[in-house]
Amino acid sequence: MNSTATSPAPDATQPLLALRGLEKRFSLSGDFLEQLQFKGGKLVRHQEHVHAINGVDLDIQRGEALCVVGESGCGKSTVARTVMGLITPSAGEVHYAGQRIDDLSTRQLLPYRRRMQMIFQNPYASLNPRMTIQQTLEEPIRLHHPDWTAQRIKDKVGDVMQSVGIDPDWGARYGHEFSGGQRQRIAIARALAVDPEFIVADEPISALDVSIQAQVLNLLMEAQQRHNLTYLFITHDLAVVEHFGTRVAVMYLGRVCEVAPTATLFARPRHPYTQALMSAIPRLEDDRPQHIRLEGEVPTPVHLPSGCVFHGRCPHAERRCREEVPTLIATDDGGQVACHAVEEGRIG
Amino acid sequence: MSLLDVNHLDVRFALRGGDVRALRDVCFSLDRGERLGIVGESGAGKSVAAFSLLNLIAKPGYIAGGSIRFDDQELIGLSDRKLRKVRGHRMSMIFQDPMMTLNPVLTIGEQMLECLKAHRRISSREARSISLNKLQQVQIPSPEARLDQYPHELSGGMRQRVIIAIALLLDPDIIIADEPTTALDVTIQAEIMALLLELCEKHNVGLILITHDLGVVSQVTQRMLVMYAGRVIEQGPTREIINDPQHPYTQGLINALPQMATPGSRLNQIPGSMPSLSNLPSGCAFHPRCTFVERADGSRRQACHDQVPEFVTSGNCQAACHMVAEMIESERIPAEEQD
Amino acid sequence: MTTLTNRPTSRWERFRDSYLLYSFKRDLIAQVSLLVFIVLVAAAVLAPWLAPMDPYDLTQIDILASELPPFWVDGSDPTYLMGTDAQGRDLLSTILYGARVSLIIGFGAVAMQAALGVCFGLLAGYLGGRVDAFLMRLADIQLSFSTLMVAIVVGALFKAIFGGGTFSDYAVPLLVLIIGLAEWPQYARTVRASVLAEKGKEYVDAARVMGLPSRRIMFRHILPNTLSPIFVISTVQVANAIISEAALSFLGLGMPETQPSLGSLIKSGFDYLQSGSWWITLIPGLVLVILVLVINLLGDWLRDVLNPRLYKG
Repeated sequence: MNSTATSPAPDATQPLLALRGLEKRFSLSGDFLEQLQFKGGKLVRHQEHVHAINGVDLDIQRGEALCVVGESGCGKSTVARTVMGLITPSAGEVHYAGQRIDDLSTRQLLPYRRRMQMIFQNPYASLNPRMTIQQTLEEPIRLHHPDWTAQRIKDKVGDVMQSVGIDPDWGARYGHEFSGGQRQRIAIARALAVDPEFIVADEPISALDVSIQAQVLNLLMEAQQRHNLTYLFITHDLAVVEHFGTRVAVMYLGRVCEVAPTATLFARPRHPYTQALMSAIPRLEDDRPQHIRLEGEVPTPVHLPSGCVFHGRCPHAERRCREEVPTLIATDDGGQVACHAVEEGRIG
Repeated sequence: MSLLDVNHLDVRFALRGGDVRALRDVCFSLDRGERLGIVGESGAGKSVAAFSLLNLIAKPGYIAGGSIRFDDQELIGLSDRKLRKVRGHRMSMIFQDPMMTLNPVLTIGEQMLECLKAHRRISSREARSISLNKLQQVQIPSPEARLDQYPHELSGGMRQRVIIAIALLLDPDIIIADEPTTALDVTIQAEIMALLLELCEKHNVGLILITHDLGVVSQVTQRMLVMYAGRVIEQGPTREIINDPQHPYTQGLINALPQMATPGSRLNQIPGSMPSLSNLPSGCAFHPRCTFVERADGSRRQACHDQVPEFVTSGNCQAACHMVAEMIESERIPAEEQD
Repeated sequence: MTTLTNRPTSRWERFRDSYLLYSFKRDLIAQVSLLVFIVLVAAAVLAPWLAPMDPYDLTQIDILASELPPFWVDGSDPTYLMGTDAQGRDLLSTILYGARVSLIIGFGAVAMQAALGVCFGLLAGYLGGRVDAFLMRLADIQLSFSTLMVAIVVGALFKAIFGGGTFSDYAVPLLVLIIGLAEWPQYARTVRASVLAEKGKEYVDAARVMGLPSRRIMFRHILPNTLSPIFVISTVQVANAIISEAALSFLGLGMPETQPSLGSLIKSGFDYLQSGSWWITLIPGLVLVILVLVINLLGDWLRDVLNPRLYKG
């Protein structure tokens, strides 16, 4: 495979994926003409931005499943899409196996495209409705292995279909003939077809029914063991994180507020937001909601609060929280947390 | 006599391949102030059940049989005019997507006013004070200002609070909530659910909560129904069903949750997927996915293939399952022999 | 979906079970429209074999038999079923040949519009940004010139440079070009709108993540999913193009009288309307109206069927 030639030899201590100061702003103001406004008799250019992510630093080690959790608008999907090169970051760098990839051209990126794959949220939209399953699965193989014979490609498609539990005889069918769970299996098969080492899964089970979620999660875990995969798993469902992730990063308003090994995080969440988030999961054994009440609502990512982005809703906020942006600091139990209160020892 | 009695409700959709039966033989009841959860996956018919209570089923769907008695009045076959007195007034509904319910070109106040005036003869000033009062009840900050805002100026959580306030406007007896928090974030969801629970308890309002989330059902409701392929397959007190489910499907649903397995281990999945309503398996609709069709001794239970299971009572719960029926039968015989 | 059998369904079976066929069987207007349309197209295509005479062949034309009325009017000649025009051409034959010219120009112009519009629309929608702004402004400019203005300018230029004789020889391709150029923005806008909708879907992201080149994503992934609206506007556009051609010919900017289309036939008869020879104008006019009407009715039906909002809701 030609891709191995372009990457440096794998180093055990080097993270497979490293995000450095990643930022992404989306313009809300439309094109140049729409940005012009009259203000005080003068024509000025006025631009507004959504700050989807604001300085995210994350390392993903080989073989782990890093889960990114957070509520809608926290930027977790933007992180996933930036990693995959679907979005170019406004600032910061993405390094894959030691090589910076966010500034590569489409052609230079091609070898990485084989090594990194993505699974999407909505299985009803992620398969091209006008292509058969066979065509859908053959396409990536044909692109990345132009030298393969038709028979070899066909065999490979049969293999991946088998491995995700879809009968290879169904290849001539279209996506809409399958149920949601089966479609997500096919989407997973498409990602696995080119033997990647790293998979970004953006809410892969949240559009599925409960009984199907278990099937797909099992499949993802099986695939991880069989192919020695590394996952970046985006979800809002903490119960899934607890089960699936080796490490968890909690995001709020475009910043990472806590990173910790799963067991540590669930045993002892440090950041006040993580605590609130975890208390809000409806648990089977509860007779009543037991959540920590947060004040107010998530601020809009257009006008970010100063200081710690969580201070407006945090029960522990002080003056410093309103003024100074907290950075991630290492905790004694192997995690990192960005909170002044934790740093000062005001809260556990 | 319960406040709401649904018996043998049968809802069909007239499609080009013939009628599809969306609900079959659905029976349940709700007492005053009781909170009932209806649980099921997509396609189980739980939303159809909710919509049929208010006769809101859109064509090509129609109610083919059964009865819905509300406060000693039969709702099926009632004229639209009379039904409107019940709908929105004594039974109100909360939908999944707040933006679908709120009219984007009217302010919150105008919408509440409209709703009040449609059912009661009151002055605008009275209506405004009632609206304000309801907005305070749902704990919206600065309610006075909200009355003059448009729906798009509010966040998702706020909108859902407004919807709840509108649902409470006419002091209904029952609130039907169809996946009220699915579109919301976890922390907001927890707050909305807590609010709904608090309001129902305080005003003794009945709640029919339709959801796929077993955790929410266990936190909010007293009794629950589990639906599968258009049928109720298990019902009883929520806590008992969650702790000791009888029907294999309910068991599967609960065991499939990640929190029921040790982290990193394989989840207990239910094989296969929900059959399409137009092509239901014979006998028990769940039998192709059920691991109990085969008895412990290896013989197959033929009834699962041929006969639609009847409800059997086990403790406070009822389950429609041949396996459960057989177990109860086998327990009863030795007990009778001892007498 | 546990009921899936292993046998894949053929295209024919898919069509047989499709919603398209189902709704067609239930729609009398669509059936009649299609029947009339097929009869008209078949008659036009088979004109050289069906028509009793060849209006292009000067030897068959008898100037003495001009302005004969159709068979049900007194003074008609049974050889000329629909009568004759001012030059003594058999009207039935001329209409058949004329319909052929009209249809060729209609379909040709739509093919041209579609080719231009689809490419520009795809590029604008998929690439966005400056390309989008440029192409869409170009479309706006194009739309602000009416088809007639384009035709007058191009036609006048062509006639001035190459002379009227050359114009007659190249009238058909020229009209296809004019009407095609004038109306491509309709396609570009529709295609761009559906590309924008499709572009946001995850299968496009999936194709990008795979590393596919933009060209392949545009034509292999997005284009097939925008075909429904393209089909729908195509029906309307064919009708429009036929009308445009008729209008141009009526104004003397289109087909010359020696190779009449429906439009130029109507025009040639118009001068004789006052003198009582109404059939030269009225009969081709009626054919034109029916042709355009059935195409529009078919288009309406197709729009209702292919509009997912309507049949899913």
